[in-house]
Amino acid sequence: MTPQSPARTATPQTLAQKLIANASGQSTVQAGEIVDCRVDLAMFHDSSGPRRLKAMLAEHQAPIWDRERVVLVLDHHVHESDDEARRIVRIAREWAREQTLPHVYDNQGICHVVVPQHGHVRPGMFCVGGDSHACTGGAFGAYMFAIGTTEMLGVLVDGTTWVRVPQTVFMRWSGRLAFGVTAKDMMLAMIGRFGMNGMQYQAVEYCGEAVSALSMSERMTLSNMSAELGAQVGLIAPDDETRSWLWHAGARDIDLAPWSSDEDAPGTRHNFDASTLAPQIALPDSPAHARDVADIEPTPVQVAYVGGCTGAKIDDLRAAARVLAGYRVHPTVRLLVAPASVRERELAQQEGILRRLEEAGAEILPSACGLCAGYGAALPEHCTAIASVARNFKGRMGPESAQVFLASPYTVAATALRGRITDPREVLWDGELAERR
Amino acid sequence: MDAPAARSSLLHRPRRNGSDGTSGRRVWRLPADVDTDALAPVTWMKYSAEVIAQHCLEALRPQFALEARAGDVIVAGPNFGIGSSREQAASALVHLGIAAVIAPSFGGLFFRNAFNVGLLLLTCRDAEALADGERVEFDARGGVVRCVADADGRDMRDRGLVFACEPIPLLLLERVEAGGLWPQLKRRFQRPESR
Repeated sequence: MTPQSPARTATPQTLAQKLIANASGQSTVQAGEIVDCRVDLAMFHDSSGPRRLKAMLAEHQAPIWDRERVVLVLDHHVHESDDEARRIVRIAREWAREQTLPHVYDNQGICHVVVPQHGHVRPGMFCVGGDSHACTGGAFGAYMFAIGTTEMLGVLVDGTTWVRVPQTVFMRWSGRLAFGVTAKDMMLAMIGRFGMNGMQYQAVEYCGEAVSALSMSERMTLSNMSAELGAQVGLIAPDDETRSWLWHAGARDIDLAPWSSDEDAPGTRHNFDASTLAPQIALPDSPAHARDVADIEPTPVQVAYVGGCTGAKIDDLRAAARVLAGYRVHPTVRLLVAPASVRERELAQQEGILRRLEEAGAEILPSACGLCAGYGAALPEHCTAIASVARNFKGRMGPESAQVFLASPYTVAATALRGRITDPREVLWDGELAERR
Repeated sequence: MDAPAARSSLLHRPRRNGSDGTSGRRVWRLPADVDTDALAPVTWMKYSAEVIAQHCLEALRPQFALEARAGDVIVAGPNFGIGSSREQAASALVHLGIAAVIAPSFGGLFFRNAFNVGLLLLTCRDAEALADGERVEFDARGGVVRCVADADGRDMRDRGLVFACEPIPLLLLERVEAGGLWPQLKRRFQRPESR
């Protein structure tokens, strides 16, 4: 019981309930209830957006409800590797001009990283995104979730959509992560335990000491891969870390106070100890095939990929560089690094990380969705790969014959170094020393 | 209660379906965890929903797209439609004329997309008791699925094989009865007062 509880008469509410209540103009909402919500931000990309929305809006002769609340990111087909990709990108650019959209990010990186980086996602907002990883916005205390193109059309013409108020599952992480263990390892451990649709479209809220200690870059990994847990949203209550990160992103008038779950809010609670978590790896074809890296065979790999919205943010690039600085990757491995956004790339450049990765033998690729979902690049046939991305479904990164393991950037880099799947703790100490030399 | 005009479209109507002339809707029985990649394979994602529909479930049931007839239903295990946000996974089934998918649970995003593109989903805990080739009738508003004939066409009506479904929110029932969000929006924009 909290000391102030006798004075409080209202039913305790989860963060998810508070965000939905705010968007629906009600004081409280109940789990299971269906409510209409006012949308604060609608984000979509070249693949899910204009190529289909343009014709639909034209047929309606309907105007966009509020251009200021719309963000278009060109990130999927920007490689323009064939006529179809060129056509999709051309439609997006033309449509953005016709509509005089004020917020368009063309070839600036992957939407889930670019949109928060420009201060568009803030605590308390209700946001939709035309991509399954739109739940990344939950890291900022926003109710942000994915919708399909037809539903996006509805949002664009009237600025509202509906939600069924979810139950909340609290994932409480106590303790501190060991060196070389990351948010990606936490996520793989949870997906391995609960399965790909384990959350049944409920809200997940990550909390506890280990979550509070994470950088925003790492928190975004948790929220991002809530999609793989089958949650509608993956929320993290905003704090001073959020405020400071958003200040740098240009969002400076932030109110944190209302945006946390009441202490005795309803929900299911699962407890984890971060201090005992070992580096995780998901075996081919499903993120749910997760286990300790140390428990699997040291399988040889030919491709190592640090990329995607999940696995190539600044802290991911730092992790890879920490392992590889002063070394060369194994001669049989191609290490590919695609920083998630142009800003991450610039930051990595300033910190000397890109140079260190290149000296280690990494090929630096454009900042776009790219190889993660097989856009404009694909793995070779019959290869074994390890990647820091969110998904390893059969055929997603190219040929069905490719075997893809998922792991943290530390593990991806350690594996690139040794040429076979390696627990990063085996090599990290040496890497750390090299960095200091 | 509900408007009579809106009720008609989804009420079960005994229908002649398939070459053997049996009444009820043919069941296509699928396993658990059918994902959006199986429904809308990525190789065909650059193309229209009509093209994608021709490849729907080809890895799992190569004959499905060729043999499915308008009015057939899919009965599947849990987690039908998990995976990506691509709504073509649902519209491919609409293009093939699938009247409903009946399963114990669905991917959440697929669930939204399905009703938005006019595909009825019935959440039915005991769906897996139904077998491939059986004939069923359903009543979306009443929340009931009934087995009417076995795979050999023998009448099963007197066997009491009636399964309850979770109630569907009115908002979604109206949407799917209208053929999806797109026709609903069209209707709204065609009304002069809304322009």
